[in-house]
Amino acid sequence: MASNPKDLLTPSYSRRALLQGGAAAGVLLLGFTLPLGRARAASAAEFAPNAFIRIDAKGKVTLIMPQVEMGQGIYTSVAMILAEELSVPLEGVELIAAPPSDALYGNPVFGIQVTGNSNSIRAFWKPLRQAGATARAMLIEAAAQQWKVPAAGLTARDGAVLGSGGARLPYAALIGAASRVAPPKDAPLKARRDFQLIGHPLKRLDTPDKVRGGTTYGIDVMPPGVKFATLMACPVFGGKVRHVDDARAKALPGVRQVVVLEDLVAVIGDHMWAAKQGLAALTVEWDEGENSKVSSAQVWQQLRDASTQEGVVARSEGDAAAALKGADLLEAAYEMPFLAHATMEPMNCTVHVTPASCEIWVGTQVLSRAQAVGMKLTGLPAEKVIVHNHLIGGGFGRRLEVDYVAKAVRIGQHVDAPVKVVWLREEDMHQDVYRPVYRDLLSARLEHGRIEGWKHRITGSSVIARWLPPAFQKGIDIDAIDSGADIPYDIPNLRVEYVRAEPPGVPTGFWRGVGPNNNVFAIESFIDELAKKAGADPVQFRANMLGKQPRLKAALELAAAKSGWGEPLPARSGRGVAAQVAFGSFIATVAQVEVDAHGAVRVRRIVSAVDTGIVVNPDTVIAQLQGGLIFGLTAALYGEITIEGGRVQQSNFHDYRMVRIDEAPQVEVYLIDSDEAPGGIGETGTTAAPPAVGNAIYAATGVRLRRMPVERALLAVRT
Amino acid sequence: MITLHINGEEHQVEAPPGMPLLWVLRDVIGLTGTKFGCGIAQCGACTVHLDGAAVRSCLLPADSVGERKITTIEGVGASEVGARVQKAWLDLEVVQCGYCQSGQIMAATALLAKTAAPDDSDINAAMAGNICRCGTYVRIREAIKRAAAGASGEGSAHGE
Repeated sequence: MASNPKDLLTPSYSRRALLQGGAAAGVLLLGFTLPLGRARAASAAEFAPNAFIRIDAKGKVTLIMPQVEMGQGIYTSVAMILAEELSVPLEGVELIAAPPSDALYGNPVFGIQVTGNSNSIRAFWKPLRQAGATARAMLIEAAAQQWKVPAAGLTARDGAVLGSGGARLPYAALIGAASRVAPPKDAPLKARRDFQLIGHPLKRLDTPDKVRGGTTYGIDVMPPGVKFATLMACPVFGGKVRHVDDARAKALPGVRQVVVLEDLVAVIGDHMWAAKQGLAALTVEWDEGENSKVSSAQVWQQLRDASTQEGVVARSEGDAAAALKGADLLEAAYEMPFLAHATMEPMNCTVHVTPASCEIWVGTQVLSRAQAVGMKLTGLPAEKVIVHNHLIGGGFGRRLEVDYVAKAVRIGQHVDAPVKVVWLREEDMHQDVYRPVYRDLLSARLEHGRIEGWKHRITGSSVIARWLPPAFQKGIDIDAIDSGADIPYDIPNLRVEYVRAEPPGVPTGFWRGVGPNNNVFAIESFIDELAKKAGADPVQFRANMLGKQPRLKAALELAAAKSGWGEPLPARSGRGVAAQVAFGSFIATVAQVEVDAHGAVRVRRIVSAVDTGIVVNPDTVIAQLQGGLIFGLTAALYGEITIEGGRVQQSNFHDYRMVRIDEAPQVEVYLIDSDEAPGGIGETGTTAAPPAVGNAIYAATGVRLRRMPVERALLAVRT
Repeated sequence: MITLHINGEEHQVEAPPGMPLLWVLRDVIGLTGTKFGCGIAQCGACTVHLDGAAVRSCLLPADSVGERKITTIEGVGASEVGARVQKAWLDLEVVQCGYCQSGQIMAATALLAKTAAPDDSDINAAMAGNICRCGTYVRIREAIKRAAAGASGEGSAHGE
């Protein structure tokens, strides 16, 4: 990867590298080709041109959702893309979740069913448009045959084919004939100017059920005869059960069974209350194993030690070593803590395991992996492991893991009924896969107010190496360097390195914003430090180095203008800016903060300007940025998981604090019109907030925070 | 056996002494719209109404409810204020993952039933107990104001 530095200059570097790297290793089944195989044979009762579209004899359109809905609005956006090219109205379409099938519904970037990395629209934009357009072309051809006219003169609109002189054939009347039409290759896609749905702020299809409490999340599943379970795994990672005394638990009303496995205990009851009471009544002796002494102090020491080593070169331009010699050198180290996901819907999974079958009800970002883990644990073939995917009450990367599915299946193997395994909040906090700790060493030298030399060493865990091993090549974690190796500024001499350093005894995972969270924070904070050193305005300093990034420069200028950048503010108030190219989107953000005498930070206003290419549902893009910024604000102000005695010390929302409505700033989002291919959006706000807030705190107080979360004591007025 | 009055219906349920209303609603009666989030009254996902006032059902023993009328998200739309809140939530497209929104809507409805035209500090006081991890607070605030105004706006306030 590093051998082809030109590839690194484009923002989609890491995704392309992932695609290429993965393809070389043989893991990617699909590439960017369309999985247009028929999910089942076409029948007279139904037009099923591909895996995504069904039209029945009454004209009812069913769209199959390859990506999972976890709040990001993807069901609506996918439906809009399909309906647009199919030329059907969005009203009345039925959406169903795709079954497990990597071959039919695999994410084209990963080759397996994954909803993550803000790439649903990016990955499926063309395949879904082709799926819709192909179906439309087949319906038009069927009408042409019926009317005995050339298909070229016909159009489709609102679920019908239109001919000359007002002739009209609804799709319902064409399903039999269309099923016999050979699917054309390269059916023409609509021009952007002809879009009826894409680009319009349409109502989400999943929200009416949600506001009346009618959505069945995984945690709401109620198979007949279901029992309720809650569990506790060894609070020290990797520890085992040594002994359990369950006499008191079994005596409680409603407690039916205690399941003791190698690494966890579970109580099964008539309802969650019985299970919870039963769990609290167990006396468990743990064999804590080798991680029982792990502490945050040790984690940080090891990380800092690792960061002194030379890393694997992720990108090299010019001669950074030479350019960093001389006056006006600035060096800084930035650090990011462990974070928990804390989805509002705690981890849960319902299973019914019998000798002959395994049925799983779950909300997962990786459906086929959920099925695979069920197959592995039970030894049953795919057709006997039925997985029902449910809408998700918050993913943020947590549900890219299947540990909670595995635990439920293992428990279910000992229970003679369907069993709903729900994690208590404490268990959810203690048994997460955590956003890794990172340390970034940055050095840069200025010449004539611009950056002449740049060195960035990223040190941290490789989630990719565990989660998608074939994509971890030559010692580089393409996620950990994302938005770091492809820094947007025009710098003649630069070197970006990666040091893989796994924290002792703490599992790590993807967390909303993934690698760019760390890199955007470190880079945008350091750029601010360099602007100060150069005596330049932070917006102007950035703009001067964005000559090759017109989309980001335009976003920066718009965010500055809308935020009132440069206008005076009261004492201990300040504005901070952050610019980023991440997930294929170009975003600039200005945060405005006040810091009181005790060091408490109030974020008053955040303004973001975004160029994310062609927008499918503008209101969804705005909502994702608004929410993502607040998600990132929680991380910046409060987020930190600490370890003592091998255990996570935080347990619930009282000690793992969230931004609440009384602390939420005004958030304004401005979309920049664009003809470019769609970018990703779900994670972008989260990466933007910490550096913008940190830079605003600097503007307000003169104190540079090089570590997240904000440490109030550093900001208090010294008397 | 205890008797509960939920959404205008009477329910006879078997529940151990002290069992929180949340689990009676969800696991015994099957009203799963009320959500479990934290179990310690820190997040508000389990908010229901007792005689119109917002309470956290995860810590409220069902056998302490007595004759008081319970309203859950499944029933809140039957009241004029509740329906107005739900409509405002849809008009402004507040919801993302939606898991916390049952509690948010219950808290907002209780606020508006008591304070017809809440200002920002009223909203903060009534809603700060409800965490939204997706960060929909900006729209929650707007939607409460819209519901208070009784406005019947169409379409989204965003994105045009």
